[in-house]
Amino acid sequence: MKDLNILFAGFGGQGVLFAGKVAAYAGLIENKEISWLPSYGPEMRGGTANCSVCISDNPIGSPLVTNPNVLVVMNLPSLDKFIDTVEPGGTVIIDSALIHKKVERTDLNVHYVPSSSLAEENGLKGLSNMILVGKLFHEVCAAPGDYQFSTPETLDQALQKCIPPRKAGMLDFNRKAISLGAQA
Amino acid sequence: MKVLMKGNEALAEAAIRAGCRHFFGYPITPQTELAAYMSKRMPKIGGTYLQAESEIAAVNMVLGASAAGVRAMTSSSSPGISLKGEGISYMAGSDLPALIINVQRGGPGLGGIQPSQADYWQATKATGHGDFQILVLAPSTVQEMVDLVSDAFDLADQYRMPAMILADGMLGQMMEPVSLPEEAGAAPAQKDWAACGHGGKRPHNIVNSLYLTPDKLEELVKERFARYEQIKQHEQRAEEYLADDADVVVVAYGASSRVARGAVNKAREMGIKAGLVRPITLWPFPADALNRAASHAKNLLVVEMSMGQMIDDVKLAINCQKPVHFCGRTGGMIPTPAQVLEQIQALA
Repeated sequence: MKDLNILFAGFGGQGVLFAGKVAAYAGLIENKEISWLPSYGPEMRGGTANCSVCISDNPIGSPLVTNPNVLVVMNLPSLDKFIDTVEPGGTVIIDSALIHKKVERTDLNVHYVPSSSLAEENGLKGLSNMILVGKLFHEVCAAPGDYQFSTPETLDQALQKCIPPRKAGMLDFNRKAISLGAQA
Repeated sequence: MKVLMKGNEALAEAAIRAGCRHFFGYPITPQTELAAYMSKRMPKIGGTYLQAESEIAAVNMVLGASAAGVRAMTSSSSPGISLKGEGISYMAGSDLPALIINVQRGGPGLGGIQPSQADYWQATKATGHGDFQILVLAPSTVQEMVDLVSDAFDLADQYRMPAMILADGMLGQMMEPVSLPEEAGAAPAQKDWAACGHGGKRPHNIVNSLYLTPDKLEELVKERFARYEQIKQHEQRAEEYLADDADVVVVAYGASSRVARGAVNKAREMGIKAGLVRPITLWPFPADALNRAASHAKNLLVVEMSMGQMIDDVKLAINCQKPVHFCGRTGGMIPTPAQVLEQIQALA
């Protein structure tokens, strides 16, 4: 596979770090080299939050993603901040229920998924992030192409790793969110 | 299977597995997960986790525990390490082993909370007052953080001196896959100098750093420096990556070495003979590895997350035989591979 550098970005509390962790675990299960780096500090408490995930066949250099191949974005300030940093030909996945703006760049594959309203309508409050993860795997991580490193089965295993036993009841809701995202 | 762990948590778990049962700390970003992890784990295994009233109290509790012969540690981030300086100097003056972890952030003063390497001078030259050194180890991956913790404890015990792991906010906060060593029990306290109660069976031991007679103090400091010479000869560690035939040798440690490695790989793809020497021990400084690489290099390029602190040691190590250049960011900013590559190209 080609080196995959994903940036997840949004508000603190939207589950940006958790989404990144699930993607990173899928890489770990597939025996890839991976790194996960959060933004930390005051910005996590209500401001913008983001996390860098690198997945590669080779040891990861800088874990900080400055030019992502894939940007998963959950709020407008983050879209404005990062859209120009995405590599040409890269993929952008947008929560179009919260971000009404269209991407002006024409050299990107842009997917508009109304994830926060889909979550609301399907009784999956707080799982907008996992709907976008479903889309991410369907379009990039588990889709035939340069960046394929995973399968829907690996994603499910990763999910099981990331949800602690005391929250086991959340597993099926997360699965439903991922499947909604894949179909969106 | 490997597990995904944050650097801070991996450091804590590795310390427990190295037999440490005494942790004294105080919260500070970006190190807090380490103390939080200890607060959960230590009570379950019969260890001591204590959040002291200040960093100064914590480091002196480490001194006390170490004097009693057990493996003890503390951790903090830059401003907190400054506060611990006094205790570290007292431990050096008392010939006590201990582990101190610094997850560096931007400074001076309260500075910021983003990753930095601006405490290099403090760690390697002046952690506290007086004639002394401490061992300084610099991991660059979460796995290496795990591996170096037990090495640091062992070296500290072997040479009876404090050891520091110099990490930074990036390494502390990031997650990577790690293999953890087997769970060991508490390290046995077999230290014949320890002040742990003698029951009338032997003369009592005294742990002390006060020597009012100058010739006695000089003798002790000289004995310590003879030990430092042994350490310089036997304990230098560095990774040499594509450095054998490199025209441009990049020198970087910790998080900035990851950025540098990326730039070296890109340079090689472009046909430029670039290599990396990554110091793993910052004290003792790996002069041998640098001299090997510098012997055939045209230029050296030091990459740091500071205004340039290690660069002086690089120049000294190679006796300024080759030009040494600098590339860095500070204040919590992180150099990009592109920025380093640009300088490599200019020097090739």
